[in-house]
Amino acid sequence: MLAAIVLWCVAALLTLAVAATATARQPWATPVIYSASLAACLVGLAVALTGLLAAPEPAPAAVLPLGLPWLGVHFRIDALAGFFLVVVNLGGAAASLYALGYGRHEPTPQRVLPFFPAFLAGMNLVVLADDAFTFLLSWEFMSLTSWALVMTHHRVADNARAGYIYLIMASFGTLCLLLAFALLAGPDGAYGFAAMRTNHLGPLFAALVLALVLLGAGSKAGLVPLHVWLPLAHPAAPSHVSALMSGVMTKVAVYGFIRIVLDLLGPPEWWWAMVVLALGGVTSALGVLYALMQHDLKRLLAYHTVENIGIIYIGLGLALAFQANHVAWAAALALTAALFHVLNHSLFKSLLFFGSGAVLTATGERDMEHLGGLIHRMPLTAFTFLIGCVAISALPPLNGFVSEWLTFQAILQSPDLPQWGLKILIPAVGALLALSAALAAACFVKAFGITFLGRPRTTVAANAREVDGFSLAAMFGFAGLCLLAGILPGVVIDALTPVVQALVGDRMPVQLGVPWLSIVPIAEARSSYNGLLVFVFIGLSASLAIYAIHRVASHALRRAPPWDCGFPSTSPITQYTAGSFAQPIRRVFGTSVFQAREHVEMPPPGDHRPARLRVDLRDLVWDVFYVPIATGVEVAAGRLNVLQFQTIRRYLSLVFAALILLLLVLGIWP
Amino acid sequence: MIPDLVVQGGQMFLVLLLAPLLTGFVRKVKARLLRRQGPPIFLPYRDLVRLLHKEVVLAENASWLFRAAPYLIFAATWVAAALVPTFATGLLFSWTADLIAITALLGSVRFFMALAGMDVGTSFGGIGSSREVMFASLAEPAMLMIIFTVALVAKSTQLSTISNVLLSGHVGLRISLGLVLIALIIVAIAENARVPVDNPATHLELTMVHEAMILEYSGRHLAVIELAAYLKLLLYVSLIACIFTPWGLATAGAGPAAYLVGAATYVAKLAVGGFLLAVFETVIAKMRVFRVPVFLGASLMLGLLGTLLLFVSRSL
Repeated sequence: MLAAIVLWCVAALLTLAVAATATARQPWATPVIYSASLAACLVGLAVALTGLLAAPEPAPAAVLPLGLPWLGVHFRIDALAGFFLVVVNLGGAAASLYALGYGRHEPTPQRVLPFFPAFLAGMNLVVLADDAFTFLLSWEFMSLTSWALVMTHHRVADNARAGYIYLIMASFGTLCLLLAFALLAGPDGAYGFAAMRTNHLGPLFAALVLALVLLGAGSKAGLVPLHVWLPLAHPAAPSHVSALMSGVMTKVAVYGFIRIVLDLLGPPEWWWAMVVLALGGVTSALGVLYALMQHDLKRLLAYHTVENIGIIYIGLGLALAFQANHVAWAAALALTAALFHVLNHSLFKSLLFFGSGAVLTATGERDMEHLGGLIHRMPLTAFTFLIGCVAISALPPLNGFVSEWLTFQAILQSPDLPQWGLKILIPAVGALLALSAALAAACFVKAFGITFLGRPRTTVAANAREVDGFSLAAMFGFAGLCLLAGILPGVVIDALTPVVQALVGDRMPVQLGVPWLSIVPIAEARSSYNGLLVFVFIGLSASLAIYAIHRVASHALRRAPPWDCGFPSTSPITQYTAGSFAQPIRRVFGTSVFQAREHVEMPPPGDHRPARLRVDLRDLVWDVFYVPIATGVEVAAGRLNVLQFQTIRRYLSLVFAALILLLLVLGIWP
Repeated sequence: MIPDLVVQGGQMFLVLLLAPLLTGFVRKVKARLLRRQGPPIFLPYRDLVRLLHKEVVLAENASWLFRAAPYLIFAATWVAAALVPTFATGLLFSWTADLIAITALLGSVRFFMALAGMDVGTSFGGIGSSREVMFASLAEPAMLMIIFTVALVAKSTQLSTISNVLLSGHVGLRISLGLVLIALIIVAIAENARVPVDNPATHLELTMVHEAMILEYSGRHLAVIELAAYLKLLLYVSLIACIFTPWGLATAGAGPAAYLVGAATYVAKLAVGGFLLAVFETVIAKMRVFRVPVFLGASLMLGLLGTLLLFVSRSL
């Protein structure tokens, strides 16, 4: 029933996509298409929320007579799918609302409008799918539509390269998932998810499936070292699509991982957790370090997505570790933390991409070195962006803190695990998580401080105008949700219980009954946190301070030039830049991680050329993994090129040799 | 309920009242150690009053964030300081935030402080903010590792529970606790911008971090920020005291006599803590900025080592 309504929404979105191809050049097409997408997403959201909160008995799959004739196409909404449908449709609705305003500035709407609803439909279909064929088809549809959106401004040189790398990585990911499903389906070709659940693989094949899923879903989510396409492709798309790709599509990839590893694959082995935890820890720390080195606002946000995916995978790895050791309540805690972070990241990363889009609309700039002082010209955008920055830096009382706090609580439950590997690895991962949380705060002080604070560095920044009401509505909506999820985390945790119960067979204690709306993961004597009271206390203390000070203190206020130790400079280029702000951290961490080297070119005395400081950063992941592969492919292609220029005799003898070889293989094969 | 509320409120105002005194005491001891007369011990109060009665000179392009930040910084620091047990454990709202949340609250304080430093767009503000976040990027993970260690010993991240467990005498001397005591002292020194990480008394441009961020503040805004800095020092001394020297702490609902004993021992602990800090600051020299990561890295390693030891064996 519920699946049917969502399918109608998907059908509506696909119809919109088709309609948009015909009408996209009309001036009225942009508002109509985006409002219709908004409506479809809102209906989908309402249905998904009902499916999640009302927690009905898992409905039987809806089968449509499409696709492979003997298989059909299966769709089903269970608790897990319901939760991810909420994430997809919430993000989709906000992006549509935002685009009602932002889309007006699009010079080539015919390149965006057809693919935007199709992309939303694709993400919905991946989550709805209940058999491998539908899943893969929808996955590839999602990849291709998002690729088309990345290529919107394809004449920009970097975008073409971004699209090319994205296409390669997406195809590689789908290939891995295809192989993983083939292994899961077994020799009988049981492609339905229900059949896969009963079909238990041996340890070798299960490990192979895990590796393939980590490659397939991990490349889409952006796990290091498979993240290389993400910071290129996400910023290249229009900002509302960047928000969807970073905030939502990476979550669909996480859904793929959870669905296969926690649901279809059967009971986990403890060493799987080692792999997932190590990848998650490395991803979170490297992601934020990369982000800190960027001065393109959207690329910084995209790299930061990599960090958050790492945090989510740390939660999932902990859940696997506990699950393998049959500590179901702790697995429930870790999985809740991961899923909570999925929701949180979809909220604040979308919000921040909306903000960067607003900055782009107002100034035409993405480079932070050309911005500054926007808080005066765009106060509302600055306010919502600030909320997003506080939330993503995991600072109380907003939502990012709650999910990281839950992850830390899960880590604290792990010393009792029997395996030595986990005992050594988990504290190290905890340290990486703490490091990435602290670096995230540094990263967003930089992002907000350089972009919005200080003095404008260019005239475009000095003349920026606040953006339109639709964009602001979308940003304020998500900022409000960040605050709500932060001060009432118990509501979210309770809403997640059916998902967690279905996957690990246990749940966190009911939170809504706890006095004062605290959250208590295990017992109050162990740990508790109350975002609402922290928020109220900060509000009260600040009001009290303001009241007391305005009663006793002087009210006098005088505007004057900045003090700056007596030497204020009128030139805005004397301010700290994005590069100089990150310089101390680059010196501490970057010399090893990025092989960062600073070269000072000092002209000799009497020479009037300016002195220059040049910084070289190397992306080791690119150099170690991708350059050798690319070189290998190129060398092989060069060698095989000879085959194209042969005589007919040679070709015939080659065919003959191949035939002989195949027959030999068949003959020897047992 | 009402008496509990009074005790909780009492703690809030106690920390607010004692905080300037602690700073004044440290300054006095430092001066005496240098054989100077030193400023009066109550000078910080008079400083605050004096600042409150001065006009605010606001930089021309300061935004609303610059004016709101002092109050946010003060409020968050005050809430955090009020949640650390001082004279009694298990106060009415002690479960509002555990140790991780208190640390994160201080992270929020630093976040807004760094932003305020960048708001006017001067080079000093930028240098202060950028160095502050670099220090924090090592101090915060170190603090979390310390919390992990303490939490694994006490099986809780609630400060009241931790104090009670450590007070109960079942814990005894632990290697891990010894390691994290050193780590916590290092973090406390860095977080409070004390020598050798930063110098609270200097206005020498290239050595200051905290002072560089608040350089543009004046009048009542500066008073509020100064008070928040006093509170933060008090918070860290209280934190070290309630984890490592929990003696004398009253338990919840113990009655006025126990509270008085708790308050008296608390003041004594603050005095000892302040004295030791003054001695330490007198005998050590300020570090170069890029030596600080090594200093903080040592703290992070000690914290990680403490946690690892406990993962290996719960009795270490």
